[in-house]
Amino acid sequence: MNDKTLNKPSSTTGMSRVDGRLKVTGQAKYAAEFNVKGLTYGVLVCSTITKGSIRSIDSKQAENAPGVLAVISHLNCPKILGYPAEPAKAPIKIFYDDKILYNGHPVTMVIADTFERAQHAASLVKVDYNEEKHITSLKDNLNGAVAPHDDAEYKRGDPNAWATAPVKVEQEYIQPSEVHNPMELHAIVARWDADDKITVWDKTQGVKDTQSNIARIFGIPVENVQVHSKFVGGAFGGALQVWQHEVAAIIGAKVVKRPVKLMLTRADMFTSVGYRPLTWQKIGIGATTDGKLVGINHQAIGQTSTYEDFAEGPADVSRQLYDCPNAYTSNKILSLDVGSPTWMRGPGPATGTFALESAMDELSYLLNIDPIELRLKNYAETDPESGKPFSGKNLKDAYKMGAESIGWHNRQQKPGALTKDGWLLGYGVSGGTFGADREPATVKAIMLADGTLIVQTAVSDIGPGTGTMAVSVAAETMGIPVEKIRFDLGDSALPNAPQQGGSTITSSVGSAVYMACNALKEKFQQLIGNGGADKPDYAQVLKQHNLPKLEVSVDSKAGAEVDKYAMYSWSVHFVTVLVNPLTGVVKLDKVTCVADSGRIISPKTARSQIIGGAIMGIGMALTEETVIDHRYGKVMNASFADYHVPVNADIPQIEALFVNKPDYNINPLGAKGMGEIALIGMAAAVANAVYNATGKRVRELPITPDKLVDWGVVS
Amino acid sequence: MENNNNLPEPDTRPDVKDPSRRDFLKKSALITAVALTPAHAVKAAEKHMDERIAEAFEKMPLSLEINGAPHNLMVEPRSTLLDILREQLDLTGTKKGCDLGQCGACTVHVDGHRVISCLTLGIMVNGKKVTTIEGLAKGDQLHPMQEAFLKHDGFQCGYCTPGQIMSAVACIREGHANSEHEIREYMSGNICRCGAYPNIVNAIQEVKEGGLPV
Ligand code: FES
Ligand code: FES
Repeated sequence: MNDKTLNKPSSTTGMSRVDGRLKVTGQAKYAAEFNVKGLTYGVLVCSTITKGSIRSIDSKQAENAPGVLAVISHLNCPKILGYPAEPAKAPIKIFYDDKILYNGHPVTMVIADTFERAQHAASLVKVDYNEEKHITSLKDNLNGAVAPHDDAEYKRGDPNAWATAPVKVEQEYIQPSEVHNPMELHAIVARWDADDKITVWDKTQGVKDTQSNIARIFGIPVENVQVHSKFVGGAFGGALQVWQHEVAAIIGAKVVKRPVKLMLTRADMFTSVGYRPLTWQKIGIGATTDGKLVGINHQAIGQTSTYEDFAEGPADVSRQLYDCPNAYTSNKILSLDVGSPTWMRGPGPATGTFALESAMDELSYLLNIDPIELRLKNYAETDPESGKPFSGKNLKDAYKMGAESIGWHNRQQKPGALTKDGWLLGYGVSGGTFGADREPATVKAIMLADGTLIVQTAVSDIGPGTGTMAVSVAAETMGIPVEKIRFDLGDSALPNAPQQGGSTITSSVGSAVYMACNALKEKFQQLIGNGGADKPDYAQVLKQHNLPKLEVSVDSKAGAEVDKYAMYSWSVHFVTVLVNPLTGVVKLDKVTCVADSGRIISPKTARSQIIGGAIMGIGMALTEETVIDHRYGKVMNASFADYHVPVNADIPQIEALFVNKPDYNINPLGAKGMGEIALIGMAAAVANAVYNATGKRVRELPITPDKLVDWGVVS
Repeated sequence: MENNNNLPEPDTRPDVKDPSRRDFLKKSALITAVALTPAHAVKAAEKHMDERIAEAFEKMPLSLEINGAPHNLMVEPRSTLLDILREQLDLTGTKKGCDLGQCGACTVHVDGHRVISCLTLGIMVNGKKVTTIEGLAKGDQLHPMQEAFLKHDGFQCGYCTPGQIMSAVACIREGHANSEHEIREYMSGNICRCGAYPNIVNAIQEVKEGGLPV
């Protein structure tokens, strides 16, 4: 594969997924698919009020229903050893007390011997509440926002310099709350193997974290908890913590002394497993008349629950995306009677970049400068926040590649100047960035007598293709075919690996695989003695030395370079949109995403990851929004019929381009993450294209037709 | 299947339960008794016995063919085809993504047509032929659509994939794969949150153009 192919892979470039066959034949088993012996089914009953307490629970009818084994609530829940030690602000402690903290708060769980029986019995539970007045609206309560921690504010130079600049934009932007909505419903199968031993098959982005959290909550030793999560049907940040339903299933299994399977409903997915928080933002940005930034002031207020202070820092992107002498950012949170938000793909920058890159676009029109030119004029060669050099930044290349691919030279600066088949045509661009971290990871590599290499670590794979990446790295390093390599993951008994979140796995686990393979080769060299081949016939060597296997275990972590460099992955999204002048419907015409994320290890899966993130970004731009009716505090669109994620008909072909320049300052592979940058910036690119097509600036996502049509203006 | 457990195993496998004639009569008599003596029924209901009574006659026979093999089951009329496949027959390749007919993850073929199995009660497919993702390949030889999904990376997490593949095969059989646009429209009942749509379209086009029988 030459470099050119890696700059622009097709859907067939490179090796196919190592676990692909299991996935296309239905053999891949996800959490709820382990039908262990003696299995029972749990179904949750959730609160229908938003705030208050439980007055009474009438579960007699449910208990009498056929097949029912238990109805569990705070009234009869066994003592959970770790609950009292949990901090004051902590995830919901299920079945702990009578408090209702949000609409959909789990109140009881019915366990029966079949799913149908549990579901029916759950409908028979009657709960009475003492209802209290709730507050769920962010927009009506912005004044109540507080700083979540000390460093929520950042200042460089004069925070208000933007306001006295010759050209300035001051606008508010709204990011609605969005739900991860992976296709696999959150699910767990929980079993007690002894009084102090638990096994779970669980949907999680980190088996080790889930293991230690379960151990803490139930007050048992970490090694007594086994977590299996070999296949995860998407998660996008939603499975980075142990949620209350997981604890409920484990409690249930203890009560009925049999394994319990609990799968959330799609409606539960909107309330009980987090979401991207609804966030209000205000940006002030000022420039000289020739387009040099003078100052940026970026403030954000995001919603959180009353029981956890979740803050993701959306405004932080304005500290470092552009070279600007004066900057002020602040991130505040507002507690509401809602479920806790959590990390969702591109957490922080996804929201912040929509605002900043929209504001930059607005500024470009005021200045009458091409939006790319404006960005290049303010290109940061070193990190404006830390003053450190970037470990690797080739964003200029990315702009160039993307502009060529989308045909940027055809763009007209004047909005509404282009049409195609009677639709208004507009061009939009946005950059994106996300920190490129490398976490500690341990990998064990074992060469067996028959020449099979086994590579092991306790990482999860929520879809990007961790196994495929790891096998690619191992095959290249060892010089053996991929068919000879087995990658074991998703089991807490394996060596330590980080959670699959924050675009760190290729950098962390990929590097650890690389180092472990090198260490193994070194061990072979020692066997062979000086002058042996770098990539010998491993099976032969083992045979000669009469060894059944040779293995190494290698710990890896970030090097001292983290102090020397600012480390980021970068992306640029280009789109052309078509807007129907009568109905305001927006269609994506062309999409090009360029990633500057170091060396590309696995072109096929890398391309899919970029395309997948872009599509989620298109959903964020055009359709996705969780709607709460504040009279009731209830999510009103908790289903796929009412909350629209993109479907096939919404999506054109998407070009995924890669700069593909290694960044060896980060890790020996030169590879950086791309899960987040795939999405970050896409919403702004679409909003900017819609403006270019129509002259209408939509500052509150999603860009639904009603925001574009006020009959008569778009014509 | 996991087996290392000394806990009692309830017999929820339906294949083995053959309702004897006598059993059926007993249940019929019970229905009649309830129907003819409303006072008793009311009293029973008051004592929350209605659920227990319902239990006595809640299962029905279901005969069908799944992936070429005949099955004679006893199922509750309320059980969906999806839950019967996943929970009773351990055919977990068919996925539950919403249970409301809104995502397509549970798509199977019934007599060759694509059907949403979460909105299909088991008893509705009595006497029919059901094909699930597990029945698509011929032994080790993958179906051309499975091959194409692998080649074009028509998935990431793989959870929507069985449903996508079953839909994709049907999409070609129905004659709805004649253009990229048409494929997108006729594949829009299958949501992929990982966003593999362009690759899925490529895979279907390749199979369609390859002309192999689907
Ligand atoms: S599970 Fe059947 S359509 Fe979603
Ligand atoms: S592959 Fe993950 S939802 Fe389609």
